[in-house]
Amino acid sequence: MRQILHGRYRELAPHLVPLDYTNNPDIKVPMALIVTMPELKENPFRDRIVETFSEDGQGNMSFNDFVDMFSALCETSPRELKTIYAFKIYDFNRDNFICKEDLQKTLNKLTKGELTPEEVRLVCDKAIEEADLDADNKLSFADFENMISKAPDFLSNFHVRI
Amino acid sequence: MEDDSVFFIGDRGRITNNPLLDQLPSYQSLLYRRKSSSIKSKGSSKGRMSISGRLNTERRKSQMEQRAIKELPLPMAEKRIHKDQRTEERKYLISCRQWKAGARRYMKRLTDDAHTFLSSMKLWRSDIHQIEGMFGTGILSYFSFLRFLVALNLIIFLVMFCFVMLPMIIDPNPRRNVTYNEHQGNVCGTYPSITRKILINYHEHILDLLSGEGILERTYLLYGFYKSDEIRFPMFTYKLPLAYLLATLGYLLLSLLWIVKRSAEGFKRHLIKDEDRFQSFCNKIFAGWDFCITSESAAKQKRNSLLYELKTDLEDERIKQKMADRTRKDKCRIYFLRVILNMFVIGVLAVCFFCIYAATTFSQKAENRNKKVNFIVDLIHEYLPSIVITLANFITPLLFSVIINFEDYSPAFEIRFTLMRCVFMRLTSIAVLLFSLWSQLKQCGTDPCGNQKLCSCWETRVGQEMYKLTIFDFIIILSVTLFVEFPRKMLVHFCKCPLAKMWGLQEFSIPQNVLEIVYGQTICWIGTFYCPMLPAICTIKYFCIFYIKKLSLIKNCRPATRPFRASSSHFFFLGVLLIGLILACLPISISLAQLKPSQACGPFSNYNTSWEALPAAVEALPQNAKNFINLLGSETFAVSFFVVTCLAMFYVIALAGAHKKVINQLREKLVMEGQDKRFLIQKLCQAQNVPVVKSTPRLHSPSRRSPSYHTSFSSNYNDAVVLAHSPPRSSTHV
Repeated sequence: MRQILHGRYRELAPHLVPLDYTNNPDIKVPMALIVTMPELKENPFRDRIVETFSEDGQGNMSFNDFVDMFSALCETSPRELKTIYAFKIYDFNRDNFICKEDLQKTLNKLTKGELTPEEVRLVCDKAIEEADLDADNKLSFADFENMISKAPDFLSNFHVRI
Repeated sequence: MEDDSVFFIGDRGRITNNPLLDQLPSYQSLLYRRKSSSIKSKGSSKGRMSISGRLNTERRKSQMEQRAIKELPLPMAEKRIHKDQRTEERKYLISCRQWKAGARRYMKRLTDDAHTFLSSMKLWRSDIHQIEGMFGTGILSYFSFLRFLVALNLIIFLVMFCFVMLPMIIDPNPRRNVTYNEHQGNVCGTYPSITRKILINYHEHILDLLSGEGILERTYLLYGFYKSDEIRFPMFTYKLPLAYLLATLGYLLLSLLWIVKRSAEGFKRHLIKDEDRFQSFCNKIFAGWDFCITSESAAKQKRNSLLYELKTDLEDERIKQKMADRTRKDKCRIYFLRVILNMFVIGVLAVCFFCIYAATTFSQKAENRNKKVNFIVDLIHEYLPSIVITLANFITPLLFSVIINFEDYSPAFEIRFTLMRCVFMRLTSIAVLLFSLWSQLKQCGTDPCGNQKLCSCWETRVGQEMYKLTIFDFIIILSVTLFVEFPRKMLVHFCKCPLAKMWGLQEFSIPQNVLEIVYGQTICWIGTFYCPMLPAICTIKYFCIFYIKKLSLIKNCRPATRPFRASSSHFFFLGVLLIGLILACLPISISLAQLKPSQACGPFSNYNTSWEALPAAVEALPQNAKNFINLLGSETFAVSFFVVTCLAMFYVIALAGAHKKVINQLREKLVMEGQDKRFLIQKLCQAQNVPVVKSTPRLHSPSRRSPSYHTSFSSNYNDAVVLAHSPPRSSTHV
């Protein structure tokens, strides 16, 4: 499996990535190349996914980050792990809370601006109303985890096949 | 929303955390990633845990030790370090504990490998993967349901084969010519002309194959072939009637258990879902996007469907509001309209059922006359009930979907109600067919010579009807795909007229397809008693249907505009299947317990009812076993068993109610705790800042050492702290 991933990693930037990884060189492939992968190309959250799994937070991934990403997103990855990473992905401003602005950004990325601002506001209000348990008008990780545990489609949808 | 002074606005306008919040154990358990610079040195492991507070480190470490390394949300390098750490620690354990730990790890790895191996052995794994990638998880659930039915039918066939057919096949002394004797017990003057001509017509061959008559009556296919004597093997005698009866009960019970087990997985999730806080919006936003999608068209489709779902939900909300605003006059008008429309629906159903009844009686009478008019006409006569049922099942869903528009229900309820009506229609049509056969059977008591073919061996007739229904169902599915869907696709692609474009490509309607295969499965369950090879035929039928549907899906269909969610569908499929099973049990139990088996054929020809085989076998057992079984069958046992089951059920219901109450209380507590936390942090910040500014640098240092690149408080901490608000209401004094 690691060999396959190495092949794919190398495909993205053949001039940067060496064939031989025994010395663990410190190579990072920039985000712009990673989001062109067929598995991520159509995903509206591809930028956030790559940023979350990269060490520097800017989206430049080393090979270890690359392997991490696909192992966390694979089918056999446990639910708790996926929940943690999903929370990080949806937390755009990285303040450990999914606030209304994060929700609005998520929704806009999902629908590509097809909803009117009024509808977006309504949907975000309803979502927070549904999931917010400690009534602080944003979703902490506990709120998010509780909501995801009851979301029936999460496990089947939140995985990438490679 | 109360004024949150616990969070400050930094100089870049970003909301940042209070440093104290970062030190909370709940935050620490999130285990955010560390900067790579802190991992460079592979020396001491402790230095890497660069968070303030030894206590937190220790607690986190113990927490992490419980979880498998694979499950930790850490970068790869840190996972490797963890692994090295753990191997080092293990060296210091005592040998037996080491062995235990090693054995545990080995077993875990073995079970994981076994699971992966088993899932890779599943039938059609790659096909289903391909469908999932192209069409999403809703349609995937239909195909995995189909796979489940193939497995179920195969197992049922194996049960019937091993216990009923195999003994007859390996019978050391077969006496075939004695068993199937139509003339035995025949009181009528004229004998039915079932004797075959020497030269069999080619047409009659095909007719026989399609209708289960003629030569097929003398094969293992139909009930009439099985004999009622015991089979004497060298070691023991094998009572075939008893085995036949028990195999029937066995396969029904097996199907029930398997379906219940399969639905139990989805049911657990359904139970914990709170009814009043249905999370449709959150589920769509956070779990709505299918990360497997790789093609642009599929992504566009998914986006459109999500948009559609969100808009529908918003519409639902608006309609709910409108319904709450309804006046009394409106309500009266709507209820009146609903009553009228429901009566219309019942009228339509009654007409359909009457047509099925008439067709069945006509078909039986036509068969009985035994006049071979014409190949095609004969075929139509044979298949008349199936044709009428299929027509009815085709027209009524269209009618229902038109009617429901006038009844003014909420959209979610509309779909469910239409589905319920269709399910009712499909499954009751089988019941009506059986009822019409039964009414014909009753006439045998008074006038056995009127319908000799039916009365001499009625189980074979019923078996033939079920066989015909199955074959016809398969032919229809094949023909619809070939002659309706493919031409439609050709038309839409090559014809430029606007009508064709408006009609569009076929949509793969999951509910209708599921009802089709549940209908087929119900027929199989009912028919297996009369036609023991029917499960094998159904297995082959579903096997072929998989490939037909897959081909049709890929070539002809576009994804549904109203997608069927994978989660709710799991429940829906198994629920409808369970209804079908219960419906199938009714005719079988009536025929086992009440109807007199025909004297001329079959394993039960010596008994008054089929069920009698069991008590007769019990009589032959030794005294102790007889007493035990009599006790099990006695009323005292049944009543006490029933009482115990009721008590268990009440206990479980009470437990569930208590849990729900506790959950609500905990939910309220959570809200209070959140407010408490904020209040306490405010107070703490107040207390920290009361002394002079000089002391603040000392407070900087612990927080500087706990850096996650996610929080930028370290750069914003120099800003003034905003405080001095009145504390929120808290529950600390409750």
